[in-house]
Amino acid sequence: MLISLFGAFESGVIYAIMALGVYLSFRVLDFPDLTVDGSFVTGAGITGMLIVNGMSPIMATLIGAFAGFIAGCITGILHTKGRINALLSGILMMIALYSINIRFMGQPTVSMLNETTLFSQIESFWSSGIDSVLNSMFIGAERVPTTWAIFIIMGIVTIAIKFLLDFFLKTEIGLAIRATGDNQKMIRSLSANTNFLIIIGIGLSNGLVALSGALVAQHGGFANLNMGIGMIVIGLASVIIGEALFGKKTIARVTLAVIGGAIIYRVVITLALRVDFLEPSDLKLITAVLVIAALVTPKALQARREKKRRLAKRAALMNQRGSEASA
Amino acid sequence: MLKIHDVSLTFNEDTPDEKKALQGINLELKKGEFVTVIGSNGAGKSTLMNVISGSLIPDVGDVLIDDKNVVHLPEYKRSKMIGRVFQDPMAGTAPSMTIEENLAMAYARDKKRRLVPGVNKKRKDYFREYLETLNLGLEDRLNAKVGLLSGGERQALSLLMATFTEPNILLLDEHTAALDPSRAELITKITADVVSKFDLTTLMVTHNMQQALDLGNRLFMMDKGQIIFDIKGEEKQNLTIKDLLDEFQRIRGKQIESDKAVLG
Ligand SMILES: Nc1ncnc2c1ncn2[C@@H]1O[C@H](COP(=O)(O)OP(=O)(O)O)[C@@H](O)[C@H]1O
Ligand SMILES: [Mg+2]
Repeated sequence: MLISLFGAFESGVIYAIMALGVYLSFRVLDFPDLTVDGSFVTGAGITGMLIVNGMSPIMATLIGAFAGFIAGCITGILHTKGRINALLSGILMMIALYSINIRFMGQPTVSMLNETTLFSQIESFWSSGIDSVLNSMFIGAERVPTTWAIFIIMGIVTIAIKFLLDFFLKTEIGLAIRATGDNQKMIRSLSANTNFLIIIGIGLSNGLVALSGALVAQHGGFANLNMGIGMIVIGLASVIIGEALFGKKTIARVTLAVIGGAIIYRVVITLALRVDFLEPSDLKLITAVLVIAALVTPKALQARREKKRRLAKRAALMNQRGSEASA
Repeated sequence: MLKIHDVSLTFNEDTPDEKKALQGINLELKKGEFVTVIGSNGAGKSTLMNVISGSLIPDVGDVLIDDKNVVHLPEYKRSKMIGRVFQDPMAGTAPSMTIEENLAMAYARDKKRRLVPGVNKKRKDYFREYLETLNLGLEDRLNAKVGLLSGGERQALSLLMATFTEPNILLLDEHTAALDPSRAELITKITADVVSKFDLTTLMVTHNMQQALDLGNRLFMMDKGQIIFDIKGEEKQNLTIKDLLDEFQRIRGKQIESDKAVLG
């Protein structure tokens, strides 16, 4: 139990990078970008192929992320220069990437089980002393994680990306990107090239998604052509769950919430899969239900609070009138 | 400063919906001229603003700013030189961003946007100083989301954002029309103040004839896509609403009862 929850946290912090990318397109730019399902695999597949062909894992990962950036830029160009509807631009790029990805990969699955990946490098640098200290905090647990290296290093990487994103969104360019999602007419009247900002923004978003894909592939030991199916919904689920649970007052708060949402999503899925009658193929259904719940619940709670408040006010007024009448 | 040569623009040409929105417009504004623009609905006032700002490209004709032909310069490039305030108070600001972030975006208008923080200590002081001139207390709410401000406050902020980089040209399109009378008066006053403070070359469209007479040093009357009346200086100072209506009737030679309702 504990050990599988640990696994959920571990992959949660890796998928959180993808969720931050989805946050950038969906929330910041208000651009429902479905490229994600394809660009996640682009990152995974290209990185996998490069690693299998002997490239250093860090270089391979960066190139994989860059390929995602390019894919996102193309979606942005389709939308801005080609004037294609946002949703459709993403869908077109997504299916185009399916073919492109298989070209890059050569086969549907690229295995990295016997290769040196970023994670095998991290583990070999890691001092097992830290593990025993951390594990000693869990006295009584029947099994303890074999290594904390991945969780801690990836946690640091993800938090670093979060801070970079926070910083970026407050720069002059970042402010203009946010305004493009908020009031395009206004920021154009303030001399911002909104087309360029959308292209860059969607590019960065998919760069993060592809980076996450590259890391997920190395973590799992393989890249698969179909590993991106439904990724956009998982990203959205993380964003929506995070916002619902942790709030969205400031940029720094939302990006943290998105990371939290990504981890919670993994935890919920892990727990759900331990329920006997649920099959792994039910995952997508569970995801859909989760998103629906995260969307509907806050509004329903809000409506109930409002109703309660009104009823209380009404009751107070009635009481007051009653006492006035009797006086 | 601003020159317009023979600009014409027709919407939906060769269809039943054809509309000649601008017909051979010529005008020349000197630095610091403040023109109020009146005219009935559909006269082409907004279209003229949009042609100057670059949101619309005219079918024929040229737009020159500082003797440079900008007619094919995209809107976002032209807006380095042009400040704008729209009629809709929601249009000029980004609601989910804070007051200081909105100001920072306006501050970057005539510069190249870079990867440096948009808001810093120095700029905050600068923003605060400018906000104080509005007397709305906004200087104490730098971190408030603009979506929480009232229409009047947002319009005042838009006006500040449009002007504080001292653009070559300021375009105001009925920017007080959506406000209640007291707010409209306040925005009108602020407009007069900033225009004179920065000596801005300004075109201001208004539905309010009195406002058109009180403000500015030149007046255009537009009808059917043309500037039919152009008056400035002392002549404008002595003009009354009755003169304007008479003038309109003389030029167009027709009953203006219906227009009176719109113009008044
Ligand atoms: N985008 C457009 N497409 C078609 N017709 C338009 C468009 N914009 C304005 N028009 C028409 O052009 C004419 C001038 O409009 P406009 O400049 O908005 O007038 P004003 O601002 O003086 O009231 C009107 O008849 C209007 O219906
Ligand atoms: Mg108009």
